[in-house]
Amino acid sequence: MEQGLQSCHGCGLLSRPASGAPEGRCPRCDEDLVFRKPDSLQRTLAYLVAAAACYVPANLLPVLTTTTAGGSESDTIMQGVVLLWSPTGWPLSLIVLFASIMIPSAKILTLGYLLITVKRGSIKNNAQRVRLYRMVEIIGRWSMVDVFVDTFTVSLIQLQPLMSVEPGPGLLFFAAVVVLTMLAVESFDPRLIWDSADAKEVQREVQHA
Amino acid sequence: MSSQPHHHSDCNRPLADASVIACLDCDLLQRIPEVPDGASVRCPRCDKELWRHKPDSLNRTFAMTLAALVLYIIANSVPMLGLHAAGREAFTTVVGGAHQLWLDGQQIVSVLVLFAAVISPALQILFLLLIVLGCQLKCPPAWVGMFLRHLHFTRTWSMIEVMLLGVLVALTKIADYATVILGTALFALFALVVLLAAIQSCFDPREVWQRVAWAEPDAQPPVAGTEFSKAKP
Repeated sequence: MEQGLQSCHGCGLLSRPASGAPEGRCPRCDEDLVFRKPDSLQRTLAYLVAAAACYVPANLLPVLTTTTAGGSESDTIMQGVVLLWSPTGWPLSLIVLFASIMIPSAKILTLGYLLITVKRGSIKNNAQRVRLYRMVEIIGRWSMVDVFVDTFTVSLIQLQPLMSVEPGPGLLFFAAVVVLTMLAVESFDPRLIWDSADAKEVQREVQHA
Repeated sequence: MSSQPHHHSDCNRPLADASVIACLDCDLLQRIPEVPDGASVRCPRCDKELWRHKPDSLNRTFAMTLAALVLYIIANSVPMLGLHAAGREAFTTVVGGAHQLWLDGQQIVSVLVLFAAVISPALQILFLLLIVLGCQLKCPPAWVGMFLRHLHFTRTWSMIEVMLLGVLVALTKIADYATVILGTALFALFALVVLLAAIQSCFDPREVWQRVAWAEPDAQPPVAGTEFSKAKP
């Protein structure tokens, strides 16, 4: 950025903007170029707040409603984890616990931490912070697992009037948490982590000169 | 993407040395060295893998993408799961799962499931196929670059592997109530997940970018080793 060069997120080509143009276009792949993702911090924060807001009903409202001849019963995500816990099913129960409850909350906390440190211009632990970001990027998709579990449970157990399963209102909020946190990750620009360190270095060089 | 007609003025100029890049995760300027097959180049500051030299990338990707296409068609045309209980049988496919959610009033989630488990993987396979087919030409046209640029998006949202884990959990739950029948599509999906991972590890986008015709032909440096001379009037 200090050199006035833009690198392309589509193809990786480094190029120099035409004189006077604030935004450019990649000559190789036609992608619109910017120095940093536009309004990265604000957008990430917006998605994150929305995700945190959905996180509460996602965990409190039922995701599945089972109707049998004896009546109907609603389960939240956590109750689903407990139901799955058995001598043979406990590994899967743990997987769902990780994917549905721990990963979304860890994602929200991690991105919040990254946002705060970038906003405060922290120059510490840059390599660890960018590694944290990559981890969130890779692991995040796995929290969709519960959406698929519920989808196929619902579509298979349709044995009216004996037994049927219907999706509950919590499912929509849970899916929203997953999608919103994925969008938050996409809109965060990891290069911002390094910018304050780079700026301080430039400052120091100026002072030396 | 800009919808305006392309003006030469808003187009960036490339550097003289195309091996100089800025790390996409930390913006460090550096030169990518040539490395032997299988070796990778990492950013010295943030450890991001910038490039891995993958041998015979395009041919292998082509072969595996064709296989993935066949598996994808099988996976979405035959039943994936069946259930046998109380003298009745029920079958479902991936699309059927999304359809049932739609009927139960969860339209938004239904579309999301369809997008992540059916549409994105289809786009991923289609884009890959078009890219490798385009690269069979002596000078791959600029639309190859357009598909390659959007490949990342389809990979982010294509979640077959996550879906399979979900199916596994659902099966364990249901096994308490009824006999579960595994359909052919389930095995096709397993193979598809393995194939997509294999494609991921043998496809080298840098090789395509080095060969593809640029969106802005005037800016393209003459390609070494080819007679492609549209470069400058």
